[in-house]
Amino acid sequence: MLNYIIRRICYAIPILIGVNLITFVLFFMVNTPDDMARMHLGVKYVTDDAIEKWKQDRGYDKPLIYNQTAEGFSKLTQTIFFEKSVAMFVFDFGQADDGRDISHEIKSRMVPSLAIALPVFLLGIWVYISLALMMVFFRMTYIDFWGVVLCVALMSISSLFYIIGGQFLISKIWHLVPISGYGTGLDASKFLLLPVVIGVISSIGANTRWYRTIFLEEMNKEYVRTARAKGLPESTVLFKHVLKNALIPILTGAVVTIPLLFLGSLIAESFFGIPGLGSYTIEAINSQDFAIVRAMVFIGSFLYIIGLILTDISYTLVDPRIRLM
Amino acid sequence: MEKEIKKQCDRCFRFDNSKIIWLGIVIVVGILSACSRPIWNSPYPSEDASKNILYNAFAERPKHLDPVQSYSSNEILLTAQIYQPPLQYHYLKRPFTLIPQTTHGMPLVKYIDEIGNESHAEKDITNIAYSIYEISIKPDIRYQPHPAFARNDQGNLRYHALTQKETESIFKLSDFTALGSRELLAEDYAYQIKRLAHPKLHSPIFGLMSEYIVGLKEYAETLRKIADTLPKDTHLDLRDFPLEGVEIVDAFTYRIKIKGKYPQFIYWLAMPFFAPIPWEAERFYSQPGLAEKNITLDWYPVGTGAYMLVENDPNRIMVLERNPYFQGEYYPADGMPEDEESGLLADAGKPLPFIDRVIFSREKENIPRWNKFLQGYYDASGIGSDSFDQAVQLTSHGEATVTEEMQQQGIRLETAVAASTYYMGFNMLDPVVGGRTDQEKAAARKLRQAISIAVDYEEYVSIFANGRGIPAQGPIPPGIMGYREGKEGMNDIVHQWIDGRIKRRSIEEAKKLLAEAGYPDGIDIKTGAPLVLYFDATSRSADDKSILDWMRKQFKKINIQLVVRSTDYNRFQDKMRKGNAQIFEWGWNADYPDPENFFFLLYGPQSKAGNHSGNNAANYDNPEYNQLFERMEKMDNGPERQAIIDQMVEILRYDAPWLWGYHPKDYALYHAWFQNVKPNKMSYNNMKYLRINAELRERKQSEWNQPVLWPIGLAVIILMLSLLPGFIAYRQKERKTEAKQLVG
Repeated sequence: MLNYIIRRICYAIPILIGVNLITFVLFFMVNTPDDMARMHLGVKYVTDDAIEKWKQDRGYDKPLIYNQTAEGFSKLTQTIFFEKSVAMFVFDFGQADDGRDISHEIKSRMVPSLAIALPVFLLGIWVYISLALMMVFFRMTYIDFWGVVLCVALMSISSLFYIIGGQFLISKIWHLVPISGYGTGLDASKFLLLPVVIGVISSIGANTRWYRTIFLEEMNKEYVRTARAKGLPESTVLFKHVLKNALIPILTGAVVTIPLLFLGSLIAESFFGIPGLGSYTIEAINSQDFAIVRAMVFIGSFLYIIGLILTDISYTLVDPRIRLM
Repeated sequence: MEKEIKKQCDRCFRFDNSKIIWLGIVIVVGILSACSRPIWNSPYPSEDASKNILYNAFAERPKHLDPVQSYSSNEILLTAQIYQPPLQYHYLKRPFTLIPQTTHGMPLVKYIDEIGNESHAEKDITNIAYSIYEISIKPDIRYQPHPAFARNDQGNLRYHALTQKETESIFKLSDFTALGSRELLAEDYAYQIKRLAHPKLHSPIFGLMSEYIVGLKEYAETLRKIADTLPKDTHLDLRDFPLEGVEIVDAFTYRIKIKGKYPQFIYWLAMPFFAPIPWEAERFYSQPGLAEKNITLDWYPVGTGAYMLVENDPNRIMVLERNPYFQGEYYPADGMPEDEESGLLADAGKPLPFIDRVIFSREKENIPRWNKFLQGYYDASGIGSDSFDQAVQLTSHGEATVTEEMQQQGIRLETAVAASTYYMGFNMLDPVVGGRTDQEKAAARKLRQAISIAVDYEEYVSIFANGRGIPAQGPIPPGIMGYREGKEGMNDIVHQWIDGRIKRRSIEEAKKLLAEAGYPDGIDIKTGAPLVLYFDATSRSADDKSILDWMRKQFKKINIQLVVRSTDYNRFQDKMRKGNAQIFEWGWNADYPDPENFFFLLYGPQSKAGNHSGNNAANYDNPEYNQLFERMEKMDNGPERQAIIDQMVEILRYDAPWLWGYHPKDYALYHAWFQNVKPNKMSYNNMKYLRINAELRERKQSEWNQPVLWPIGLAVIILMLSLLPGFIAYRQKERKTEAKQLVG
């Protein structure tokens, strides 16, 4: 398994370089370094000289990918792409265009993102699996039927509606929790309650249906029939046998998302005033700060690769027949 | 046997079921009876409820808090409370009046000729080679407590030689335990002027100031050369490098030498760009290991103002607290005649500031911000277009006032016309709307005049700005010297005076002008083809689509086809710099209350095409206007200057290089407990004048935010009832299995 993990990590390097290159090309197709300088310096009294100096100071005065004037290997190394990319592989993201340290910012924003995403993830899995198991337990009954109808209705509603509706009803009309904001330590709990509840409810429809499908597929397998023939109670069949065997597809979907929880949620963070990483990325795009965009895309790709490796490892834990070679 | 089991199970079930129901009822009743007075939805700690704190919101995080770099209004809102430039605007007087802030009086201005003799003929500006501003600051003004000033027992600066070990245990500024302060000196102002030229700081006004402050351009070159020879991130102590244009006379007096006569320079002295920076602060922050933790001057300002920044988490919250060393400033005793009546002079002569803390919470979305304002958790709010009808109504006289719902909450509306203008410009380099030969230029002028009549900005303001704006009659907004009201100020190319009111000229008149321009009924008489014009727009949201549709309809009124070329802002700017646009939309916020700051937008040498730093986006170049501008910009205010301004406005109206657009009007709502508010769109250091009645706020917050508990009870009951059928079915199903086993 160790060999497998090392091999997968090695595969990740060209993927990360590729992702970085694509981000770079896309970003600089839309924004030239001159545009970035103007955005930073303002448009009122900016001179060409000021733009040049700003670019020089931040290393944006070099060619983008290929330096024709340089010699030998420097043709590739004395470029914006190379100089801005190499340090990232040791997780040194440098400074944003406003001079602030990106790593420091990422570290401080990761906690609020996790403070919402983690409870939503854990509570969500528990709620969705419980509801799906209940519907499977009562399959072909009115509970199952109306459960599916409700799920379809819930998944047809935009997540924005849940957020605005939740804020309106729970915070504005009933005055039960703050509408938005974020605190530190225990003070954060009163701000997190609403986003977590809304986060779980807004995904009930889609996730419960998905888990129900997985469980139903398992219910038709022969080992379930055998268990029933042995006279095991339905609850034992469901919780002991079906749930365990359905874990592989559940893990596929769930484990891969665990590392991405750090990246936060854009809409929820914005509406609830949570200072997380989701909004950091969008702010960087709006302010044309390539250093932040590049760092966030890199972290996103890295975490996704980690998620996939974790998924593979978790397979071996739930199914002893699987071996990672 | 099966029946026996069933009976037992039924008994069990009945017992369990009733127990659960009773338990549920007890919980619900318990919660409801526990209903007490505390507020649950307050985003602030309960112990702060009665404190003298102002609560405000901000949407965009400030990028820079270093006064040499900061230029956005959301940044100046903070820096203006912390830093004290030598001058400030009078809080109550209109038009905007400069008064001393840290100085003894207004700067003494002396004009000298090339050989250094004082020029007494101030009106003969050709004789003036330099202007010298002598500024004397008051003694006993002290900086906020800050570790940069802390000294050890030996009297040396405590934190100016930090070791690596020491910086490792520092994560934020408050980790430095020792604090100090010192008196404000003239050299601090001089130091900041030098910083405008610092090679690493990229001040946005360096380009402009280097044209005026003697030696600033050369100073920047010198600093750059020195910086290039030093290792990266080495601190440059600017005290070691003299700047020709700045002279320190004594501890409390300094002089600034300006090229020629530039009367507008005095307004710059009221901006944070010219605030004092102590050299100790810059040296303290330049130490290795601090910038990585965002401990920089750009993050933690050091000033002498009424407030100091004690918490800087721009992703969540920013907190200003009263500077304990701030003293000697009092609430103004004079203002406008109406200020007495509106209670704005009630605090006259009282020491400033009134509020202890100002908390800015980050609120990116309008909906939560608006709702929190209505709940009393923000003391003031702007009005978004989606909540406009809920907040504002128009009286029969067309006056804006708050709705009954707002009145019941004690909310009041304050309005102020911004010193800004949003206009639609014609690129005068374009052959169709600008013209090349004299004949073409005359025809293009008539075309622009026709369009000026057709595009109905009164309607625009009504539809797209909820009436929050004044259709412009020229480039100068109200409140700026040179602006004229009523018939005197009317643009008679576009409007006429009927029954004591300004009325837009008819479409027939516009069509007549269009025909005279060579496009009768929108057809080009030379080619026989319909006239097609191009509007270069930066379309951003779905809302913009309706604006663009409306714009097409306005041109359609005179049978001109308008083609919208939508692009992103970068490409748009690129087009403007290359002079490739035909018709465009832009705006300008005044830097200072002088007409020069608007007229220069149409001054020939400021043309944008081919001169990237120019601000004349229309590339308008009229020699007569240019000549008048050059005279006007150097004149002091007075009837002679007003006459020239009138002349310039007339030229512009006739040439119509812009559709004059409108001047936006800002509407803001304030709770009853928020006092001493007089909207001021020119200066930002107003926090010190504001007052909060915290007791009233606490009472109202409690009244408006009592938790409604029945939904919790209802939710518990619904949850229990919804589980009940499932529970029954589960027991039945399990029972069947058990029975089968027993039978088997």
